[in-house]
Amino acid sequence: MAADSDRHFADLDSILDRHARDPNALLQILRETQECCGYISAAAIGRLSAALDIPRARIEGVAGFYSFLHLQPHGEYRVLFSDNITDRMLGSQALMEQMCRQLWLQPGKVSEDGLVSINTTSCTGMCDQGPAMLVNGRAITRVTQQRVQEIGSLIRNRTPLADWPADFFRVEDNIRRRGPLLDNRIAPGDVLRAALLLPTVRGELVEPRSPSTGSGRTENIIEAIKQSGLRGRGGAGFPTGLKWEACRNAPGEARHVVCNADEGEPGTFKDRVLLTRQADLVFEGMTLCALAIGAQHGYLYLRGEYRYLLEPLQAVLQRRRDNNLLGSNILGQNGFDFDIAIHLGAGAYICGEESALIESLEGKRGIPRNRPPFPVTHGYQQQPTALDNVETFCSAALVVQMGAENYRAIGTPKSTGSKLISVSGDCPRPGIYEYPFGVSVRDVLQDCGAVDARAVQVSGPSGVCVAESEFDRKLGFEDLPTAGAFMVFDDSRDLFEVAHNFVHFFAHESCGFCTPCRVGTALLKQIMDKIAAGRGTRYDLAEIEHLNLVLQTSSHCGLGRTACNPVLHTLRHFRPAYENRLKSLDFEPAFDLDGALARARQMTGRDDAGAHLKPEEA
Amino acid sequence: MNETPAFQLDGATIPFEKGQTVMQAALAAGRYIPHLCYHPEFKPHGSCKLCTVKVGGRTMAACTMPAETGMQVESNIEELNGLRRTLVQMLFVEGNHFCPSCEASGNCQLQATAYELQMMTPRFNEFYPDRPLDGSHPDILLDFNRCILCELCVRASSEVDGKNVFALSGRGITKHLIVNAESGLLKDTGMALTDKAMQVCPVGVILKKGRGFSVPIGKRRYDQRPVSAQALDDAPRQADAGGSCAACEGSS
Repeated sequence: MAADSDRHFADLDSILDRHARDPNALLQILRETQECCGYISAAAIGRLSAALDIPRARIEGVAGFYSFLHLQPHGEYRVLFSDNITDRMLGSQALMEQMCRQLWLQPGKVSEDGLVSINTTSCTGMCDQGPAMLVNGRAITRVTQQRVQEIGSLIRNRTPLADWPADFFRVEDNIRRRGPLLDNRIAPGDVLRAALLLPTVRGELVEPRSPSTGSGRTENIIEAIKQSGLRGRGGAGFPTGLKWEACRNAPGEARHVVCNADEGEPGTFKDRVLLTRQADLVFEGMTLCALAIGAQHGYLYLRGEYRYLLEPLQAVLQRRRDNNLLGSNILGQNGFDFDIAIHLGAGAYICGEESALIESLEGKRGIPRNRPPFPVTHGYQQQPTALDNVETFCSAALVVQMGAENYRAIGTPKSTGSKLISVSGDCPRPGIYEYPFGVSVRDVLQDCGAVDARAVQVSGPSGVCVAESEFDRKLGFEDLPTAGAFMVFDDSRDLFEVAHNFVHFFAHESCGFCTPCRVGTALLKQIMDKIAAGRGTRYDLAEIEHLNLVLQTSSHCGLGRTACNPVLHTLRHFRPAYENRLKSLDFEPAFDLDGALARARQMTGRDDAGAHLKPEEA
Repeated sequence: MNETPAFQLDGATIPFEKGQTVMQAALAAGRYIPHLCYHPEFKPHGSCKLCTVKVGGRTMAACTMPAETGMQVESNIEELNGLRRTLVQMLFVEGNHFCPSCEASGNCQLQATAYELQMMTPRFNEFYPDRPLDGSHPDILLDFNRCILCELCVRASSEVDGKNVFALSGRGITKHLIVNAESGLLKDTGMALTDKAMQVCPVGVILKKGRGFSVPIGKRRYDQRPVSAQALDDAPRQADAGGSCAACEGSS
């Protein structure tokens, strides 16, 4: 044991040294500690607390916030089944039961020999090739009964993950429709060279100046982005040029560029494909932004579920450094200094919210900040920060390459350019589709081959459920804004189950900072569980409306404000799916007398008639 | 002419000093806005949301909203008091609050605020969470059942006591208060009776041992005067407000 802990402490010290004992790197240090030691032990926390000068309770608090970090041993193999509705529609629940049976295990529990644990996790971003799972953080796609069988055997034989069949880990890009973004022929450095040659607003070429001194060159880039009409691709649609301009003009000692690759909205996987196929363009866009606002440091916040992309992305960064596209005096421009670090998340949807992301980047619990001030003036380390989505940075690079006017000609007046749509669910051709903004839901359905679609969830659980009667609605900021998720449900699907799944998602992902969201999402989950059990009443439907009002008016951030949307939207369009489940009573107590005996039945291994209350007794 | 800046709160003119929040200015002017996680001596962080007000039709937390000239703020209206009632009900069902047997009854800001907002029932199903007590410390008892996660003890211990005895862990409905010790027990922290953290709990989590019920129920703080009056008495203590707290959430 002593030798074991000595070895772990040596590992810990090298992790600490790698991060220069910087308290801001706490989340990265914790994540790496777990990768090397299996979990974060009390002894490890003591060591980190002393080395980083952070109280141990605060370290425990950070570790306790992120789903993928464990303060207790969690099995040599940690299996997490992706639990998005699209995974469920592909049979993930039965597969998980099968694996639990095979390994003699209950979900959420660690096997007695400490070998394995099995549980669910929020959408892992593999909806186009589900059912998906994570094993020790590595993504596995297209899980079948046979694959579960094989994985069970590999685990029982303690086969190291590195020796598992490579095919398990194969992630397809599934690009089905290309547009200017996916079709681009941009070589690394092209956009930066074009940016350095942009004429000024007054139409003349100027000598390059140090980006940190502002003006000159930087105006041209921002002007081009503004003229292009580019709006943020993360869903909110803030004009990118205005954001960059505000960031450049904000007073501060240092400026930062942050790329939000915490693609957590269930049903969205476009950033996964961009980071796989267009990593150079992503980094080029970030470097362009750095040139425009005068930033020297960039961060890519990569969701933990995409851990497998870390090494390939690091390699791209290194190649760019070698080619003088990152580092000092980029492309020979004096004073154009910029580099990018990758920060991995650890299983927290809320970190996709920009200010929570920045908190997480600073090594803290991912709690959304009070705004104003906004990140453009007070972002990372309270310095001006331009934080944009992966696709936004790619699009910005494209704008400079093809010219603002050409870019503006694509799409609609208020939604210029193209958008990547992540199609999943009931259709034969799930994958990535690039469309000019303004495409109708019906057109996308046709292209992906969906027949008998009765509803589409646009932009994920926090977005909109669009029913058949509205399929002519158009994707774009004028009508249906979207971050990209497009989940198709055909007429065999029960839309109550969809909403039920999304409500569980929000309750699991609420950060817990504010009362309405912390308690309200848990209450909403209770009510939906009650309806699912066939014990709901009209009173419960009214309570949902009441909770919605509370969550919408008083939640701290968008998670709470939109948490009731899936229920309200499906209630509006598919009310019978709810009413068929209701007991036709005005009131039904939540307490279920017979249900309360479930634990006793489980403990005694009984499920016969005598172990249940008779209906009249219950 | 150099007029004092002012905004409107429920039709009354509230003067304010630059840098004050709506909450600070309102309390200083003798107007009560319900609150639980706000404390005049600490930087507000806006988590309980009880102080939600409407500004130009939009809802925001009064404790974090900087006052601005000419604002039209609505607070004491049934729509918002109904919202606040629901939030208090949420806090009641989230924890285990048995007022009749609670040492803090009558001194409890949650209970007093529930009376103020005329809460009659818990409305929702009780969660009955399993939250073990910590009686390890010789002088101090922690009863986590009553915690409403306001973080005032976290802030007091970090900012005033310099001890960081408390922190939050978990997330969502599993968020909970923890103490700074490998054993997880208060006896292994630096907590002492003289700490500021002993004085700030708005409910009955942090209790002094051996002194139960020394003031009879009926003669306690909120038995004498409602929370709306007490809060105004407490308001002038705002001299130290505005510090930053590295320990607590959403603070930066």
